[in-house]
Amino acid sequence: MLESTMEYKDYYDIMGVKKDATQDQIKRTYRKLARKYHPDVSQESDAETKFKEVGEAYEVLKDPEKRTAYDQLGSQWQGGQDFHPPPGWDAGFEFSGGGRDEGGPDLGGFSDFFESLYGRGYSHAGPDGPRGRQGFQIRGEDHHAKVIVALEDSYNGASRSITLQMPEVTADGHITTRNRTLNVRIPKGVRQGQQIRLASQGGAGHGGAEAGDLYLEIEFSPNSKYRVDGADVYLDLPLAPWEAALGAKVKVPTPAGSIDLKVPPNSQAGKKLRLKGRGIPAHQSGDFYVVLQIALPPADKEVNRKIYEQMKQEFSFNPRASLEV
Amino acid sequence: MTKNQSLRGQLVDETTFISLGDLCHSCTVKTEEVIIMVEEGILDPQVGQAEPAAVATWLFHISSVKRVRTAVHLQRDLGINLPGAALALDLLDQIAELKKAL
Repeated sequence: MLESTMEYKDYYDIMGVKKDATQDQIKRTYRKLARKYHPDVSQESDAETKFKEVGEAYEVLKDPEKRTAYDQLGSQWQGGQDFHPPPGWDAGFEFSGGGRDEGGPDLGGFSDFFESLYGRGYSHAGPDGPRGRQGFQIRGEDHHAKVIVALEDSYNGASRSITLQMPEVTADGHITTRNRTLNVRIPKGVRQGQQIRLASQGGAGHGGAEAGDLYLEIEFSPNSKYRVDGADVYLDLPLAPWEAALGAKVKVPTPAGSIDLKVPPNSQAGKKLRLKGRGIPAHQSGDFYVVLQIALPPADKEVNRKIYEQMKQEFSFNPRASLEV
Repeated sequence: MTKNQSLRGQLVDETTFISLGDLCHSCTVKTEEVIIMVEEGILDPQVGQAEPAAVATWLFHISSVKRVRTAVHLQRDLGINLPGAALALDLLDQIAELKKAL
């Protein structure tokens, strides 16, 4: 067997609890963290990784047997250190484990560190794992994964290489994870939340039955200057006051490349300009909306201040007329 | 072990409806679990014309797959019951709506 180095994991540190925390405190902390980082709920960008780490830490700390054994590794270890389990470290302990009980996440495997201590195999049989396997033929399970693409990929189509951790049952009945890299075509016109079905790329069938399918859910990368609603795409476009007042031709980025946009004179902030059919392409393409914003140049130089002063003199303008004050 | 393949998937049509059996298979849940989710108001299947009461005629919008999976994950990972998961799903929907309007 190949000896690989792995990092020591400080489970107390990961959960943010003291080493002498009670089982109750650990449970409460886990519940809080699970709600915070649950991938279906969380707004945090690294939610899935965090959720997995916290779940692994809880798997050990919630179980008095595993926790005691973990504590016996000693306190000389620090998070991130290279780690080899000392020989015979688990003498006197028996990890009855077996299945997962309530409360543990199921996001593929645990870390190498965890598996070096508590063995592998039992951590994968969550509700998404093999279930009801019987003597007859049964079609493989459908698998689900998320793939993050740029909005531009939806305009042009793209290829994405994705790596999936797939639980697999080996010939002798053990469960292992296998990394699988797939090169997937992202079809033109995909929308947020839409699914791409890859036939027969899911779990293997049992008893010679066909494999399940793999569903990839499209998620647009969140750090984009655009907002997307269905097939429509929105962009906030800052304008100088004189551009909005006098009208202008300005360069505007779109996911399909930049265009020249004519801003009509007397445009107010918040006005929407619609570019028909320049949203996400489809039989009936979405529209591209430019939402005008007015950026105020600072009055930080004498000459600029003078211009504002002059506007103040020359305009008879009450921006709060609608407030009737 | 790494395998390299180039795959062209099929875009799942957003107007697709699937049967109760397909939904159960896709989410690895039992029929009874889905029926309870319908009773809880988490899912709203279209009912076939012929036999309005028959579960077998139910058709679920394709988005139900994600809903069921999320409901299952929330219950399992957060130790909450189904009404709690239903509330979380409704709030998640509201957050999604608000984000769009932002």
